[in-house]
Amino acid sequence: MEKELWKGNEAIAEAAIRAGVNCFFGYPITPQNEIPEYMSAHLPEAGGVFVQSESELAAINMVYGAASSGMRAMTSSSSPGVSLKQEGISYMAGAELPGVIVNMMRGGPGLGTIQPSQCDYFQATRGGGNGDYRTMVLAPCNIQEAVDMTQEAFDLADLYRMPVVVLGDGMIGQMMEPIVWHDIPKRELPAKDWAANGRRGRDHNNFVTSLRMDAPDCEEHNRALQRKYDLISQTEVRWEETDTADCEILIAAYGTPARIASSAVEELRAKGVKAGLFRPKTVWPFPSKRLAEIAGQDSVKAILVVEMSMGQMVEDVQLATKCVKPIGFHGRPGGMFPSVEGIMEEAEKLLKEVQ
Amino acid sequence: MTTVYRKSAGLQDRELHYCPGCSHGIVHKLVAECMEELGVIDTAVLVCPVGCSVFAGHYLACDAVEAAHGRAPAVATGIKRTHPDQLVVTYQGDGDLASIGAAEIVHAAMRGEKFTTIFINNAIFGMTGGQMAPTTLLGQRATTAPHGRQKEIHGSPIRVSEMLATLDGLAYAERVCVTDIPHLNKAKKAIKKAFELQLSGVGFTFVEVLCACPTNWGMAPLEANKWLMENMAAYYPLGVIKEVQA
Repeated sequence: MEKELWKGNEAIAEAAIRAGVNCFFGYPITPQNEIPEYMSAHLPEAGGVFVQSESELAAINMVYGAASSGMRAMTSSSSPGVSLKQEGISYMAGAELPGVIVNMMRGGPGLGTIQPSQCDYFQATRGGGNGDYRTMVLAPCNIQEAVDMTQEAFDLADLYRMPVVVLGDGMIGQMMEPIVWHDIPKRELPAKDWAANGRRGRDHNNFVTSLRMDAPDCEEHNRALQRKYDLISQTEVRWEETDTADCEILIAAYGTPARIASSAVEELRAKGVKAGLFRPKTVWPFPSKRLAEIAGQDSVKAILVVEMSMGQMVEDVQLATKCVKPIGFHGRPGGMFPSVEGIMEEAEKLLKEVQ
Repeated sequence: MTTVYRKSAGLQDRELHYCPGCSHGIVHKLVAECMEELGVIDTAVLVCPVGCSVFAGHYLACDAVEAAHGRAPAVATGIKRTHPDQLVVTYQGDGDLASIGAAEIVHAAMRGEKFTTIFINNAIFGMTGGQMAPTTLLGQRATTAPHGRQKEIHGSPIRVSEMLATLDGLAYAERVCVTDIPHLNKAKKAIKKAFELQLSGVGFTFVEVLCACPTNWGMAPLEANKWLMENMAAYYPLGVIKEVQA
């Protein structure tokens, strides 16, 4: 297959169309505007529906409506807009509706900056809206992965009947890279016999709702959701690791910082420092088990977490490893990037401190 | 034996939870009868609001979706745009539609979304226990306006139908009530007409129903109906507000 040069946001939109998205509802916000723009031009051509909504709130509730009637529905936004979408995401989790939400993160809090950031990790991985729920969170580190993950997100959402978030820092959306379009393995999916799209002879009406008025029912619903989340934590965890077998300093990073960290690992190795990289590809479920195994290796002296935030994933690293090794943190918030040199310096400093 | 009256097939066989004198039960019945007469129970989708009628999907026989507070028009947009041939109806109270969902209803009307909204205006937040709504009349007491609604503090009540009628996308708006049989019959005609216009694809259709909330108004059912006609119908005039010819 031939390589093609694609901009991240446009590639994600095209990937969704190839995955059979029926409808897209969006609202402008930088740095994700190319997704709704691409959809407005190409989704109707493919037989789908594009609506520019009056707000992010409306967009996610349009997704809720379309998903409740059995459609493959999608929306995208960036940090402040995704905050507004939390209402609908919580209702989708409660009503067990599938849907795909792209968050091309920018610096915050508030309006912050339009520059790339990873400051919404907590919001994405802890649920984000009200209630005890999780969303699956896929975190691509390049455009090929963004394309593959977006396509797979629809199957995951349908399989588990839940919202799936594709979490990219703004760099993933704005950067251009060569990609290859290839077939994504399709999953066997259950029929959407719960959808409210007209009874058509069914002996009962389908009522899609997140309301569980009686407390015992609501408790049982929460327990059932948790069983689903526990299952996903077993079956859908993904990560990538490089040079971890003998590493003394383990660097943990996801998204764009993981690519920068990857260069830092190479250069540290060239200098004789035994560095390794652990990159979660799902940040929920977090690859805790494997990370704990690596952290427990005798070779590992310390772990350095690198993020474009003031330290959010670092808490999952602490929880996963139970802090069996010293954990350092290097973060660049507010739209700034960590540098290869910066990561190397922090890694060497941390190693020196623990030796 | 001749059957002179039976429950509509558009209703499920369930006991309603509504208070004595509440208009919801009557409006549910009218919606159900219109769906049955148009032969769309099997294809219609009802979008329920947050408020007393949050359970409407347990009472109407068609498929239903429960929306977040005020978001029913957005939810209905998602359904109708992907199922253009099916009847889609939102059923929303005044707290839901005129307050928290003001943006959603205005923009659905602006876009000319081809679904129908049944707007239950009882001038109060019902389910939460009688707080002031944007539709609460001047001088009317509410638990969050214990001295009555005052223009200087709260502004004047919003006439939603007239506001939406300024938008080109709105094809039909009528304000009705269900306080007696003649008015009830008019209300049913309006709902049926809205459904028919929706199915012919003219645009957004809107039926505002002035409703009684005896419990939160602190009145007996008959007294509530009288108060509605004397006060609400005076401020919110009954009749067709806009009708675009198909």
